[in-house]
Amino acid sequence: MPSAEKTILEVQDLSIAYPISIGVVRAVEGVSFTLDDGEALGLVGESGCGKSTLGLSILKLQRPPGRVTEGKIMYRGTDILGMSERALLKMRGQSISMIFQNPLTSLNPLFTIERHFLETIHFHDSSVPREKALAAVEKMLETLGIERKRLKEYPHQLSGGMRQRIMIGLALIMNPDILIADEPTTSLDVIVEAGFTDLLLSLRRIYKLSIILITHNLGLVAEIADRIAVMYAGSIMEIAPTEEIFARPLHPYTQGLINCVPNILVDQKELVTMPGSPPDLVDPPIGCRFAPRCPHVMAVCREGAPALLEHAPGHSAACWLYAKSTREKRVNAVEG
Amino acid sequence: MAILVSAAELVKEFPLRGTLFDAFSPQRKCVHAVDRVTFSIAEGEVLGLAGESGSGKSTTGRLLLRLIEPTSGVVEYRGRNVTSFSPRELETLRAKAQIVFQDPNSSLSPRMSVGQAITHPLQIHGIGTPAERRERVLDLMEKVGLSPAGFIYRKYPHQLSGGQSQRVVLARALVTEPDFLVADEPIAMADVSVRALILQLMRQLKQDMGLTYLFITHDLATAKYLCDRIAVMYLGRIVELASRDALFSRAHHPYTKALLAAVPVPDPKARRDKNLPKGEIPSAINPPSGCHFHPRCPYAIPKCREARPPLREVAPGHFSGCILD
Repeated sequence: MPSAEKTILEVQDLSIAYPISIGVVRAVEGVSFTLDDGEALGLVGESGCGKSTLGLSILKLQRPPGRVTEGKIMYRGTDILGMSERALLKMRGQSISMIFQNPLTSLNPLFTIERHFLETIHFHDSSVPREKALAAVEKMLETLGIERKRLKEYPHQLSGGMRQRIMIGLALIMNPDILIADEPTTSLDVIVEAGFTDLLLSLRRIYKLSIILITHNLGLVAEIADRIAVMYAGSIMEIAPTEEIFARPLHPYTQGLINCVPNILVDQKELVTMPGSPPDLVDPPIGCRFAPRCPHVMAVCREGAPALLEHAPGHSAACWLYAKSTREKRVNAVEG
Repeated sequence: MAILVSAAELVKEFPLRGTLFDAFSPQRKCVHAVDRVTFSIAEGEVLGLAGESGSGKSTTGRLLLRLIEPTSGVVEYRGRNVTSFSPRELETLRAKAQIVFQDPNSSLSPRMSVGQAITHPLQIHGIGTPAERRERVLDLMEKVGLSPAGFIYRKYPHQLSGGQSQRVVLARALVTEPDFLVADEPIAMADVSVRALILQLMRQLKQDMGLTYLFITHDLATAKYLCDRIAVMYLGRIVELASRDALFSRAHHPYTKALLAAVPVPDPKARRDKNLPKGEIPSAINPPSGCHFHPRCPYAIPKCREARPPLREVAPGHFSGCILD
């Protein structure tokens, strides 16, 4: 569980808003979590829940006009949001790296693979001799399972799976501590996806990486993440160790999400569905943002937003269903 | 059960635009998208067509409706050869056999309201008076979960959520009361919670309206939920065809096994088989000789390179195209 020495990244009460013509989109609201050294955290949610905005903001890359209205992002004791542009450029890639859904839009069509790698290395340290840089690149290609001759090729000559492996290679060539992977396998076919998952797991071991995996794919997080944070309409609804969250999901949204995914190993007569759609983030409902769709909604849910409280060791949920019982337990514990 | 739609030895080749020299050579280069595919769908059945991108599953779906012309082969609808239909006959077929595509937003005109979009097929086929059409459309909208129908009727595509758009597309496909629907990855772009709703709706509509589906998907977990039988395609060919239960419990073809093993399972306790086939699906311009899967197959023997393995019946109703069976 998170402890002060092991924590490598801490997001504290982060809120991000996009001012648009009809109001302010509150994309991320009061999000807090920690990432331990060597841990893989899954950030799960549907489109528009703020998971990608959150991922980008960790590198201070949230797209304009988005801006952080509140909160801190502490990386090894420094607030990333207060860093200078110079320090940010150094930090991106050397300390924290990110890969995205579509590798083709992240690679330059006019650059060979070799040039992509050399540019990345020399951007961070222009004094590295070419031979030394190339040796590092070749070693990386070997780890990625890509032939050396591919270095002279252009992105369009590679298959989708190979491009995504090049992307992760570029992200890791400066040996960062943290890798943020935003839907890394969504554009890949299922067999290639499985291969990429295996690669990610082995890279994690080799480079002692901490990972933030942003995805809507519950199968993928089940395989990679140690802990999972479920996001809905800009806030974290539940956060718990992976096995725990699948075995005992507390939040009705987490329960709905897990139940509505077809599982190939189980014979499902019916899928449990979640009617309705996520709220408008310009004018979110007062109280819990999931209340309009929640099967267990109570009067209190429409009055105030529930806090993210720990209900079991390492297992927190933001839901009024449990708030009361936990508070009672605490009171009992104090009295007893 | 009566056969509703069948395909026999269906072939589709897309010629490549080559150099002037290529134009004179006897062997034009082409993409072998669909390579002698044969199957049939019984009335009321859901046949799944599963495979990776580039396996020819979408092309097969379009060929069944004659949205594109086959290079050779026959498609039959209720025993009549669709490939020789006159334009007039084709028009009546269009009312009876419909298709739903992956991206609802690119299937809807931004200038047509929901009501106009769903009414349009009725106008084209001259069904009903304006008042009858309106009533029929509103009824159907309620049935597919677009409620309150009177309110959504006037909305435009940009005002709809992803789930609503896909429901509009479904309603538009079903308004002429077809009996056959090709669903080409209808949930691939939808969010997790929307997927479950659309799948459940498709199952419900099938029962209520007596529909027959060809369900095209790359996701075997969804195919398992919805389909009665499943055909697995690889590089333009069907490599295995079996009932749902047989396919998931007793898969024969090495490609089917690989596909099944690669599906991510939303359960941290489940462990995946780490023996994945090497590489990716090859180009359909120069497909490998013999069995198309042999370069990636862990069980390949020299003979696999020689000839195309026929689809053989390995158990009643279970066909596999592997010479090792």
